[in-house]
Amino acid sequence: MTLSASPTSTAAPSAPVIEVRNVSKSYGEKVAVDDVSFAMPPDAILGLLGPNGAGKTSLIRMITTITAPDGGQILFRGAPLNGYHPTQIGYLPEERGLYKQMYVGEQLIYLAQLKGLTAAEAERRAREWLATFELEGQWKKKIDELSKGMQQQVQFIATVIHDPKLLILDEPFSGLDPVNANRMRAEILRLHASGTAVIFSTHRMEQVEELCEYIVLINHGRNILQGKVSDIRRQFVENRYRLTYHGESLPDALGQRYELLNPTVSTVDIQLQAGEEGNDLLRTLLDLGIQIQGFQELLPSLNEIFIKRVSVVG
Amino acid sequence: MSNLWLVVRREYITRVRRRSFILATLLTPIGLALFVVIANAVFTYSNDDVQRIAVIDDADLFRGTIPDENGLYFKFVNEPLENLREDTGEDRGYAGILVIPEIVNPRSRNFRVQLLSDETLSIDAQARIRGRVEDALREYKIKALDIDQATLASLDTDVTVTVRSLTTTEDGESDDRSMASAIGAGIGSVMGFLMYISVFVYGMMVMRSVMEEKTNRIVEVVISSVRPFTLLLGKIIGVGAVGLTQVLAWMVMIPGMLFLVGLFFGLDADPGQMPNSPDMDPEEMQSMVEKLTAGLGDLNWWIILPCFILYFLGGYFMYAALFAAVGSAMGDDMGESQSLTIPITIPVILAFYIMMAAIQNPNSSLAVWSSIFPLFAPIVMPARLAFDPPLWQVLSSLLAVFLFAAAMVWMASRIYRIGILNYGKKSSLKDMGRWITAKY
Repeated sequence: MTLSASPTSTAAPSAPVIEVRNVSKSYGEKVAVDDVSFAMPPDAILGLLGPNGAGKTSLIRMITTITAPDGGQILFRGAPLNGYHPTQIGYLPEERGLYKQMYVGEQLIYLAQLKGLTAAEAERRAREWLATFELEGQWKKKIDELSKGMQQQVQFIATVIHDPKLLILDEPFSGLDPVNANRMRAEILRLHASGTAVIFSTHRMEQVEELCEYIVLINHGRNILQGKVSDIRRQFVENRYRLTYHGESLPDALGQRYELLNPTVSTVDIQLQAGEEGNDLLRTLLDLGIQIQGFQELLPSLNEIFIKRVSVVG
Repeated sequence: MSNLWLVVRREYITRVRRRSFILATLLTPIGLALFVVIANAVFTYSNDDVQRIAVIDDADLFRGTIPDENGLYFKFVNEPLENLREDTGEDRGYAGILVIPEIVNPRSRNFRVQLLSDETLSIDAQARIRGRVEDALREYKIKALDIDQATLASLDTDVTVTVRSLTTTEDGESDDRSMASAIGAGIGSVMGFLMYISVFVYGMMVMRSVMEEKTNRIVEVVISSVRPFTLLLGKIIGVGAVGLTQVLAWMVMIPGMLFLVGLFFGLDADPGQMPNSPDMDPEEMQSMVEKLTAGLGDLNWWIILPCFILYFLGGYFMYAALFAAVGSAMGDDMGESQSLTIPITIPVILAFYIMMAAIQNPNSSLAVWSSIFPLFAPIVMPARLAFDPPLWQVLSSLLAVFLFAAAMVWMASRIYRIGILNYGKKSSLKDMGRWITAKY
């Protein structure tokens, strides 16, 4: 008797949900994606960043099998993408919409069935999800009759109803009011906590800082920066510290020793040169008898890094 | 359930339950029935206004009687004209006075009668009076000139041109080809017209469906689950099923409505028998009906009907695919569609005109070649089917239609997969051409 291979043996369970290997894509003359590689980190929400027209959507369309790469490879749990994988992916495109003339329930069932669910299972989950968003009463309403916010929520349900292993959200919060945005954010985090891999594409940096621990920055089709958010920020430190102090004014000696920036009544930013240490600065401050209230290293915001990198490479 | 079937079902259900679809399906037969009722009423409208005409028959043409008809009453009088004059007009006895003078020369080809009236007699009444006088005059002349009735009758010859196909043997059944070709023309034009209408109506429906998904931006969500080709095919099949439902509903409802109309209004609802042919003599009528049934029976229905369905499918798929391709290339503004649909509507309209010519000359080389040319064939060939075209023509035409339809569906899917994701502006024909070969 021979042992048949179990399904898990072909797809390595430890392999990243998505791995993009040297993927390129052109439309005619225009190169949309140029040799991009990255892998989904195991336990992080991945932020796919880049200015408009950088190639984010082109890349996402290849991951969702809507289009195929010209070169390179995309692996889903270690296996090249095939016709089965779309049922494992939930995709909320930036350009999104619903059938306006269909009823909410029927529409959710249809979209879930396209993802491989049976009609009965689709209906059960649709009702469950609508209850989560307090939309049970809308089952027999046409999409047209819903408010914009409700439509967005129905759209989100349609994206996650088949319990995808990978969730790709392209600007998911655009057009949402703060209450609904928070509710959706909570659901995204809940799904992520329960093991769903999430790719979050946006050019809104404050949202990235809230949600993502890992980012891939794309510009002109090229992957120009990637890694853990904390590492990247550290990588971009400019050796600058902010001092908050008490007292009349700072001694002149400090100004002669260091470059001082952005002075206010009680704070000043101090720029150190390469090789200088924050601890040495702190020691000097103490020696000068300054009344220190606060002392912290200034980390660049993702927005600053983004603008810096994009304008340098661009 | 396969995705194709899901798409087909959605397209079908969401369309069929729409109020506009239900109304169009129900109201068309009712509207048609109403049209028949009104048209019949108009045609058979008789003047309910009773008009009495005094007749002074100096020639004794009518020998005292003219049968009354349709509100016209004739009264022979012997009084002189002067006395009668005062008696005409409103509230008086007569609407007019018909004065028939004595006949001087029976050989004369002109005869003048006078109709004196203050009221305007209807054209119909004038024509009827003239007809009466002509008939009476004819009778009178036959007598006066001593012509034999039988000799006279033999002058009118009924000429029938019997057309026989060269390939049928002389002793074959005496099929009346002239009747067959009349029937063929009738059936052919009905079929060709049906094709023409359905290609337009349902092709446009597919185009709107594609545009709707694109402008609603649902399409990207859907094609992340379904391949664009499956979505396109599902759309074409689904809308085709909608069309078929509508046509079938009409095929049941229209004859039903006409039957009901006939029952309630006592009309003859047969459109082939217009009310303006009442002079047809019943015997001739009888033989016409016999010929018609015989002719209809002689047609190769077992070829015509399946072929018609095949052409319907081929033609629908071909044009629906083209309309879908155009729909996918459209921008957000639906009004811009004109310049892109024109290249599709031109062959359809051309095919329609060729079809009309083909009915006149079903074996002309124009008819033959355009019934094999795939863009025209679905409209031209069904019109020729009743004329018994050679088998090789039917087969090669069907082959051409299906190969071409398959090619069109393939080509449309190439354009579609790119077009639907190209938001915003309308694309040009040149773009669409590039997309066919583009990788994606």
